[in-house]
Amino acid sequence: MIPAAFDYVRAGSAEEAIRLIGEHGDDAKFLAGGHSLLPLMKLRLAQPSVLVDIGRISDLSYIRDAGDHIAIGALTRHMDLETSSVLAEHVPLLAHAAGQVGDPQVRHRGTIGGSIAHSDPASDLPATTLALGATYVAQGPSGTREIAAGDFFQGFLETALAADELLTEIRVPKMQGAGWNFQKFNRRAQDWAIVGVAAWRRNGSSGIGLVNMGSTPILASSVSNALSQGASVADAAQLAAEDAEPQGDLNASPEYRVHLAKVLVRRALEAC
Amino acid sequence: MKIHVTVNGTVHDSEVEPRTLLVHYVREALGLTGTNVGCDTSSCGACSLHLNGEAVKSCTVLAVQADGADILTIEGLAHDGEMHPMQKAFMENHGLQCGYCTPGMVMAATSLLKENPHPTEREVRLGLEGNLCRCTGYHNIVQAVLACAAGN
Ligand SMILES: Cc1cc2nc3c(=O)[nH]c(=O)nc-3n(C[C@H](O)[C@H](O)[C@H](O)COP(=O)(O)OP(=O)(O)OC[C@H]3O[C@@H](n4cnc5c(N)ncnc54)[C@H](O)[C@@H]3O)c2cc1C
Ligand code: FES
Ligand code: FES
Repeated sequence: MIPAAFDYVRAGSAEEAIRLIGEHGDDAKFLAGGHSLLPLMKLRLAQPSVLVDIGRISDLSYIRDAGDHIAIGALTRHMDLETSSVLAEHVPLLAHAAGQVGDPQVRHRGTIGGSIAHSDPASDLPATTLALGATYVAQGPSGTREIAAGDFFQGFLETALAADELLTEIRVPKMQGAGWNFQKFNRRAQDWAIVGVAAWRRNGSSGIGLVNMGSTPILASSVSNALSQGASVADAAQLAAEDAEPQGDLNASPEYRVHLAKVLVRRALEAC
Repeated sequence: MKIHVTVNGTVHDSEVEPRTLLVHYVREALGLTGTNVGCDTSSCGACSLHLNGEAVKSCTVLAVQADGADILTIEGLAHDGEMHPMQKAFMENHGLQCGYCTPGMVMAATSLLKENPHPTEREVRLGLEGNLCRCTGYHNIVQAVLACAAGN
């Protein structure tokens, strides 16, 4: 399968990428690792007329300790997250989740920014960064703005990013020793989760992100609220799907997904 | 668009359409047909080759994305007629039957050992997660990779 014809331009900096996407109009798309976009283009489910390749903007590939949070460049690849000593120390849940994405070949190409901008509810890093209370930084023609993860995911593959905005940085609060766990239920190696759970817990606080439990990544706030009011893990986990609206597909009915969410949230919290 | 790549040590300057996939460039423009297309949907790993030293699925990379890169395909693994230790280990451990997945398996396995020279059996299985084999049941492939690592 070969994608429909398109024009290809390469950006050397964030500013150039934003200028190029602006010049080429609505039909242009950024290309990062290409591991969500190219499969869609090969199936002709996406037919952009221009690709603006941002894959060489090395300035946007970094993992830095920024005091109370870790700053991650949008072009940082899954493999770099997985093997980062900074993340292992301060945000181990994210390093672990990145290591669960697809397979090594996918992790050599795919980027955290691409994963979040694509915002597939079945992807691991949108739900994980949502659970961690991340902030995303977007740069557009008129400057830079911060978007809380909780405001970012607006619908199936829809985000708060404007077409000419580039996601440049992901800011993830340090976990400060919180217990954490990641559950990914699938039937085949390398696959997306049928249901996944990213969870952390520290004193009375917790964050629980659900993968593939609706049209966006879901924050299971009901579970966190119950825990903070003293509910047992078993009782709180019963509320796992309260904030979700799971769809049915080839792998699972909505009812089965609700069941999985309750079991996986319980397992995750027990291991936190 | 013009691209400049080094493939198995040889420099190539080629004109490609932006939509040309790296696997098609390697197979059709350069005639290096060792890299196979299995699924064509990023799943099977038959098309794995090394891009700047790391295994990637070349059915999911544009040739223009590889501009300037160093590429290694299965054809570039042997040296002076001497098979690469991973190729020998596959042969000695009966790590293949029909052989269709083998180039991709070998490229994924050599990339894995670069990142993790002494993997456990589980790490080998996880490291080859992106490569499907319809024939062997994987057992002997895993044995081959472990044997190669032990010989390192
Ligand atoms: C076989 C396979 C298995 C996979 N399994 C998993 C899995 O188990 N879990 C999982 O989470 N993911 C999985 N993925 C998806 C993978 O994680 C992708 O790498 C990721 O979703 C997209 O990142 P990318 O850099 O490849 O983005 P691209 O494909 O280049 O881009 C994706 C979209 O985001 C836009 N975009 C990219 N970067 C930016 C930016 N900085 N600013 C604004 N817009 C941007 C693009 O225009 C495009 O619309 C899998 C992919 C494959 C091929
Ligand atoms: S042909 Fe590329 S992964 Fe199957
Ligand atoms: S040996 Fe036949 S597909 Fe692996």
